[in-house]
Amino acid sequence: MVTKNVSFIKSVDWVIIALYLVLVICGWFSICGASYTYGEPDFLSFDTRAGKQLIWIGCSLAIGFVLLMLEKKLYEMLAYVFYALIILLLIATIFVGSDIKGSHSWIRLGGGVNLQPAEFAKAATALALARYMSSYGFSMHNLRDLLKVIGLIMLPMLIIIMQKETGSALVFLSFFLMLYREGMSGAFLFSGICAIVYFIVGIRFADVPLWEMPVSTGEFVVLFLIQLCTAGMLGTYIRKKSLMYWTGGIILGVTGVALLFSLYVIPFDVAWIQLGLCILLILYLIYMWLRERINNFAYIAMFILGSVVFFYSSNYVFSEVLSEHQKPRIEVVLGMKEDLTGAGYNVNQSKIAIGSGGLTGKGFLNGTQTKLKYVPEQDTDFIFCTIGEEQGFLGASAVLLLFLAFILRIMALAERQPDAFGRVYGYSLVGIFLFHLFINVGMVLGITPVIGIPLPFFSYGGSSLWGFTILLFIFIRIDSARKRV
Amino acid sequence: MHNYNLEKRKFVIGGAAIVIVLIYILRLFALQIMSDDYKKNADSNAFLKKVQFPARGAIYDRNGRLMVYNQPAYDLMVVMREVNNLDTLDFCETLGITKEFFIKRMADIKNRALNPGYSRYTEQLFLSQLPAEEFAVFQEKLFRFSGFYIQRRTTRQYTYNVAAHVLGDVAEVSPRDIEEDDYYRSGDFIGIQGVERSYEKVLRGEKGVEILLRDARGRIQGKYQNGAYDKRPVPGKNLTLGLDVELQELGERLLEGKIGSIVAIEPSTGDILCMVSAPSYDPHLLVGRDRGKHHLELSRDSWKPLLNRAVSGTYPPGSTFKTSQALTFMQEGIISPTQTFYPCYHGFVYGGLRVGCHAHGSPLPLIPALATSCNGYFCWGLYYMFSNRTKYKTVQQAMTTWKDYMVSMGFGYQLGVDIPGERRGMIPNAAFYDKAYRGSWNGLTVISIAIGQGEVTLTPLQIANLGATIANRGYFITPHVVHSIEGGRLDSIYYERRYTKVESRYYEEVVQGMRQAVLAGTCRGANIPDIEVCGKTGTAQNRGHDHSAFMGFAPMNNPKIAIAVYVENGGFGAVYGVPIGKLMIEKYLKGKLSPESEEQAKVIQAKRIMYGDQER
Repeated sequence: MVTKNVSFIKSVDWVIIALYLVLVICGWFSICGASYTYGEPDFLSFDTRAGKQLIWIGCSLAIGFVLLMLEKKLYEMLAYVFYALIILLLIATIFVGSDIKGSHSWIRLGGGVNLQPAEFAKAATALALARYMSSYGFSMHNLRDLLKVIGLIMLPMLIIIMQKETGSALVFLSFFLMLYREGMSGAFLFSGICAIVYFIVGIRFADVPLWEMPVSTGEFVVLFLIQLCTAGMLGTYIRKKSLMYWTGGIILGVTGVALLFSLYVIPFDVAWIQLGLCILLILYLIYMWLRERINNFAYIAMFILGSVVFFYSSNYVFSEVLSEHQKPRIEVVLGMKEDLTGAGYNVNQSKIAIGSGGLTGKGFLNGTQTKLKYVPEQDTDFIFCTIGEEQGFLGASAVLLLFLAFILRIMALAERQPDAFGRVYGYSLVGIFLFHLFINVGMVLGITPVIGIPLPFFSYGGSSLWGFTILLFIFIRIDSARKRV
Repeated sequence: MHNYNLEKRKFVIGGAAIVIVLIYILRLFALQIMSDDYKKNADSNAFLKKVQFPARGAIYDRNGRLMVYNQPAYDLMVVMREVNNLDTLDFCETLGITKEFFIKRMADIKNRALNPGYSRYTEQLFLSQLPAEEFAVFQEKLFRFSGFYIQRRTTRQYTYNVAAHVLGDVAEVSPRDIEEDDYYRSGDFIGIQGVERSYEKVLRGEKGVEILLRDARGRIQGKYQNGAYDKRPVPGKNLTLGLDVELQELGERLLEGKIGSIVAIEPSTGDILCMVSAPSYDPHLLVGRDRGKHHLELSRDSWKPLLNRAVSGTYPPGSTFKTSQALTFMQEGIISPTQTFYPCYHGFVYGGLRVGCHAHGSPLPLIPALATSCNGYFCWGLYYMFSNRTKYKTVQQAMTTWKDYMVSMGFGYQLGVDIPGERRGMIPNAAFYDKAYRGSWNGLTVISIAIGQGEVTLTPLQIANLGATIANRGYFITPHVVHSIEGGRLDSIYYERRYTKVESRYYEEVVQGMRQAVLAGTCRGANIPDIEVCGKTGTAQNRGHDHSAFMGFAPMNNPKIAIAVYVENGGFGAVYGVPIGKLMIEKYLKGKLSPESEEQAKVIQAKRIMYGDQER
């Protein structure tokens, strides 16, 4: 037994545990700062949020310890069971869940303690994915397998959307990062990024005229980008550099001439020329596909068509379909509108709080903006504000770097897994943590839209802390077992 | 199963993570270090800076009698954001205002053009200076009017109804004041005229501030850092004036119903002992809520009671100016006090030019010429000076020399008295006459400046200062109203002696002339049995009836008071100027008037000069 214990202690990755502990401790101090009100300095009392969080942290450590004691085999075996249980729990929550701030994602346990099953669904889904994707005969290139994987991801996601917890549901998109690592074509990610760029550029600059011409800057830039991407794809996927240069040259030449004509001779909407160019490109690609019998030509033609259709439909959706309630949020994030009392209030106050921190911050418990409740949700979703205000640029950057180290460490651990099970699970973690960091901090800094998801280990709340702890410690256990298999 | 091609993708994923964190760190840098706006924004969010107003300095006369002090008043403030469910009718009735006024006032407060410092979150002045009685009624109902607050302020109060021009007044700051000095906020008070203005920075003190923490709902959460950054208001400093209230009172009595000015100066210090400008007004009028109305009435009065004629009125000095001419001619060697005799047969006659004079012996030397105020003597003096081509190459050069003497005596430029509105008067120079006469002029052309007529004008303050200079035998200290600042020091110019270009010994001759004028000349009315008064009358011709002027000082040796009296359209200097001057000197040096003098004062007080309705 002794030798087993020694080897166990050796095989556990203490670096990641140390990073975890540092993050959790920093998180607790941030909650002290954020929830502290003047004249109430008793952080250890269970009545305060800081005191409660201390209990959640204690429980988390206990959970982590128990998870480390279990066998890796157990996780593999019970992966589907967990997944099924969580799905049932999620469905049940829709009906029995209490209404907290408009969402039905909480189960009241009594004594003021609420549980959010969605936080645990991430770990269950990651386990199920890892189990399925490590099963014998699984291939990313098999469409049926891929659809099953996507189904595993989408099922909890849809249920959570039905709970009106859209933020938590979006987190499940982060599994695509893992799929990318596992061999999903980069074109999927590329298309996703393209879609986001089209959407943002197209809407943000829709009503900005290009050099006082009757041309929408957004439309022009997006169409131009589509064509440039096409030229790039011809170079990458057909592997004919000359073809890339030819098409690129023609695109630049035609667009340039059209612009000059519109600018100096007769002003007209250059987008028509660009659309014509797109159609010509599609026709040419179809012709090449038929002649050369290379499917990639057809895919590229589909990319152009898809992009154009997506762009115009997203514009339509934004201006015609989105409700008056949703539109402002997007407009505020894109900087098209300044709405400091409505949708922009949180973000503006959050920027004020962070900006007032300066280089070294105002010091622990000295932040005025967070103390005086100018920033809403300051100890949950907007916890990063408190760090920015009280610890300043240095403290906030340090926290970001800590997270970066944490994520890169998980990646390194995932890469050293001997089997697909560990690797899939590890990269699921990378995706989830990166997504939380990206969205949460981005929201506080006014870069990404306001999507209410917590900052791991920092935001107040037992469910999220436990959820992340379970997620992490299962992985540490899997990692520690790698040598003995 | 290792697919090395796929393993490379870890660099893409890791790279994405690094890029995200880097972008966020750059964003943090931009928010926290590059820009100061957020910090300011945060401060205005969280800190409610409650201004604490200092007490304005009090003003005393030279004998320590309190002249101006503070009285509590109450400003009604409003925080727009907190006003809700206001019972406008009840509110207006309680305050005794109309609904229209209420609506207009609220609109004005919100108008940033009128009220540049407007903010929904801070207290704005709704109504200023509620008297204590009105405040008491309002306070009972205050709890019903959410968003309205009472701010304790003070208003000025006056012990005596005198010296309105010297003391000046205070009023709410104008948008321009706020722009020029960021000390002021809308609703603050600032000195407008007189000492209140020129010593504004001394009197106002320094506002204190109490920093309170305000949460997102506007509730006060206590003092920031337990008041560590609070600043207590620093009260304004008290001023002691050189003014003697009783002398000032007498002066204002004597000028009742007349237009004119009396300025008395202590020669040894430059302290202004009294500064009367008639007509005047009751300083109480420009205090409180009716200030605006009263101010408008006063400013429309055709007698211009708001004008401080002592410093802003410019008059031909008449014969009082002859003393300065005597000094200049002696210093320049044009005349010798004992050897130069000029003829005067009822005036100065040269060719077709004639400047009249009254009957007296002729020819005569300087002292009797001063005593009898002989026009001929001084015209000849100027004529000989301006036509002396051995001493001055051109008439222009002579003129420039003459002008320099005048300027050295404090004429032609502002003296630098410590109240606003001082004018410089007029001392013509060569360029002026070159322009007026196209270069062809000579001493005869400008002869009337020798007797204080023509282009020459002085302020009553400058005439009094001439008296002080002669009393001092050749120097003066820039006259000033404020004698001392509690715990402070006056501007150094109010301690420095300014010497004229004339030597002291020549002043003795003029002193003798002025003494003779009192004993046996035109100023006999100024003689006080046991005081050696020196004086010089002035009768200044102008379009209407002559102005009556007197300049003098007493006692002759070791003088204590120099005085100028100027009564518009008062006729001969001896009619108003001399007796008023005498009464003032007697009052100041003896502390009270003798019974006969008191009778004389009553007579003069009762006299009225008919000015007619013309605009002045």
